[in-house]
Amino acid sequence: MKRIALLGMPNTGKSTLFNRISGASARVGNWPGITVDLMSAKILIGGHIAELIDLPGIYDIHGFSEDEQVVRHFLSNNAVDLVIVLLNSSQIDRQLSLVLQIKKLKIPAVLALNMADEARQSGITIDADNLAKELEMPVLQISAKYGDGLPKALQAATQIINQNQPATDPQVIAQFLQEDNQIEHEMEDLIQHHVQMPTTFTDNTTDKIDRVLLHKWFGLPIFFAAMFVLFQFIFTVGKPLQDGLAWALSVLRSGLLEPIFASSPAWLSGLMLDGIYNGVATVAAFVPIIVLFFLVMSMVEDSGYLSRAAFLMDALMAKMGLDGRGFVMMLMGFGCNVPALMGTRIMRSRPMRLLTMLVIPLSLCSARLQVFIFMITALFAAKHAPLVLFSLYVMSFLTMFLTAVLFQGQYKNAEPFILELPPYRFPTLRQIVLRGWHEVKHFLVRASKFIVIGVVLVWALTNFPSNVPPASAGTYAGQIGALFAPFLDPIGINSQLAIALIFGFVAKEIVVGALAVIYGMQGDALMSQIAMQIDWVQAMSFMLFTLIYTPCLSTIATIRSESKSSGFMWLSIAWSLGLAWVVSFMFYQGARWLGY
Amino acid sequence: MQLLSQLKIGQPATISAIEAEELLFHRLSALGFRIGKPLSIIRRANFNGPLQVRLGTTDVILRDTEAAHIRINTHPIN
Repeated sequence: MKRIALLGMPNTGKSTLFNRISGASARVGNWPGITVDLMSAKILIGGHIAELIDLPGIYDIHGFSEDEQVVRHFLSNNAVDLVIVLLNSSQIDRQLSLVLQIKKLKIPAVLALNMADEARQSGITIDADNLAKELEMPVLQISAKYGDGLPKALQAATQIINQNQPATDPQVIAQFLQEDNQIEHEMEDLIQHHVQMPTTFTDNTTDKIDRVLLHKWFGLPIFFAAMFVLFQFIFTVGKPLQDGLAWALSVLRSGLLEPIFASSPAWLSGLMLDGIYNGVATVAAFVPIIVLFFLVMSMVEDSGYLSRAAFLMDALMAKMGLDGRGFVMMLMGFGCNVPALMGTRIMRSRPMRLLTMLVIPLSLCSARLQVFIFMITALFAAKHAPLVLFSLYVMSFLTMFLTAVLFQGQYKNAEPFILELPPYRFPTLRQIVLRGWHEVKHFLVRASKFIVIGVVLVWALTNFPSNVPPASAGTYAGQIGALFAPFLDPIGINSQLAIALIFGFVAKEIVVGALAVIYGMQGDALMSQIAMQIDWVQAMSFMLFTLIYTPCLSTIATIRSESKSSGFMWLSIAWSLGLAWVVSFMFYQGARWLGY
Repeated sequence: MQLLSQLKIGQPATISAIEAEELLFHRLSALGFRIGKPLSIIRRANFNGPLQVRLGTTDVILRDTEAAHIRINTHPIN
């Protein structure tokens, strides 16, 4: 099979191009020589099936960041037939170096100049034909976002693939990479001869927006207000969808599934309906909100606003031994902690990376969000709900800041803070939809792996031994709950909630599913049952504990693999568990002492 | 000759020297900081926060600490 690698600098629209070429067929895979996963997809090109690999965005093949090493190791361990190099047309003056580096390696290449429209607007003209002659490779102007010029670029790639040249020899590449470059000079030379560029470049729209969003005093308040409005939007739109889906799922149960299992033995209908169906349906009802959440997050991410947040927050973050990028990772963690942890690879100083990795698991991810929406809907009036949720987000930030302040002495660093500020961009509908689809797929994979196994286990624990009433103190679950009672009673967490918390170690998605199984109910009935059993102080304590303690097994595994240290992983687990208990204890006992 | 960290907002200047250890030098040059390149400061974040520097077509944010490694010559505003 032919192998095509996609290479480019950060912020050039590489992932957009990858998604456009691969459609929705991408998967994550392992590669020899590197420890991280790369996205790849099978595509049909000129009658060959080829594998397209999305390499991480890098500035320089010879650079020292982990992503740059990943690319080097990939090329020196895997043969490739073609590299598609993607550059941002308006930054061609400095990005061309990457193409020359690939050319030096004698890897067959196609150069795609992205954002041709943006460059044209700022008065940059590129003589692609003559540039192609000089570079001895096809040069094509495209728009990854809208797909302009893409067929031509793929045609050029097809031609090279059809020539059936031998693939690169990884050993030769490895050797070449040892040698270094007169690339700087060659690049300056080419730019001087073939590219005309106005000396100062002003993207008026971006400048105008920045004048407001990066305002000395209003910048930060605007940022937090914008975030608050976005979250409000997610719930105003998502809540009715969630209610609708929950209703549909309960109708499905009573109308179709209950008659089907009516004649089967009690244990089987119990397992299938009260176990698997209740558990999975309760979790599935949250899918619309989660999808919506990721759509909004990806829009913010692609817009360029996150780099602005880094700019605005850097001064404050520096006081905690972190930098503006750390703040961006915290925000990414609101989606899922795992990619945020991987994102710390852009940091070169190990102490700063570790400190950032210590705070990220405290950011309120979308899985924890499900638990909170569930508990808040069950126990708080609708008018208080947004405020309670907002306070949990504030709490998430406070625990992250506290952690950074307390540990910054242990992780001293002098990492330089230099970051590119890309112009604002609006993602297209296609980008948004593709991204949403990937999240749904990710959720379904998790659902089939963790949630089903989790709810079946919870069902077994709450239904055996079979000589006592289900979910009573005599079941295994009740016994486990009793075991943890000395720790959890002082923070107001009863034995049913304790079981849900224990399974929450595996993944927070299981928590609401587990509650559904433990109580043997679903939807509104489940919520009112929980509301009868615990009061809002207990619920809040439960949510605080859920917020702060270890997010999930995937996060723990990622911390282990990214830090390459079991000691650090254990520190992270112990710190989050300890902090969770102390915060919940202070809240619960304080609220009780105040008479609530 | 002065340091980039001392440059006034909006004042045009040219890079005259970059005095940084290899890693920082590499990073700066990958983002377009090269001798002879014109630049200016667009804005500065509050509380001694980072600078937003415009080099040709690229906007870069960096802290005072890093900007102090870059020597510049200022031009009069015309």
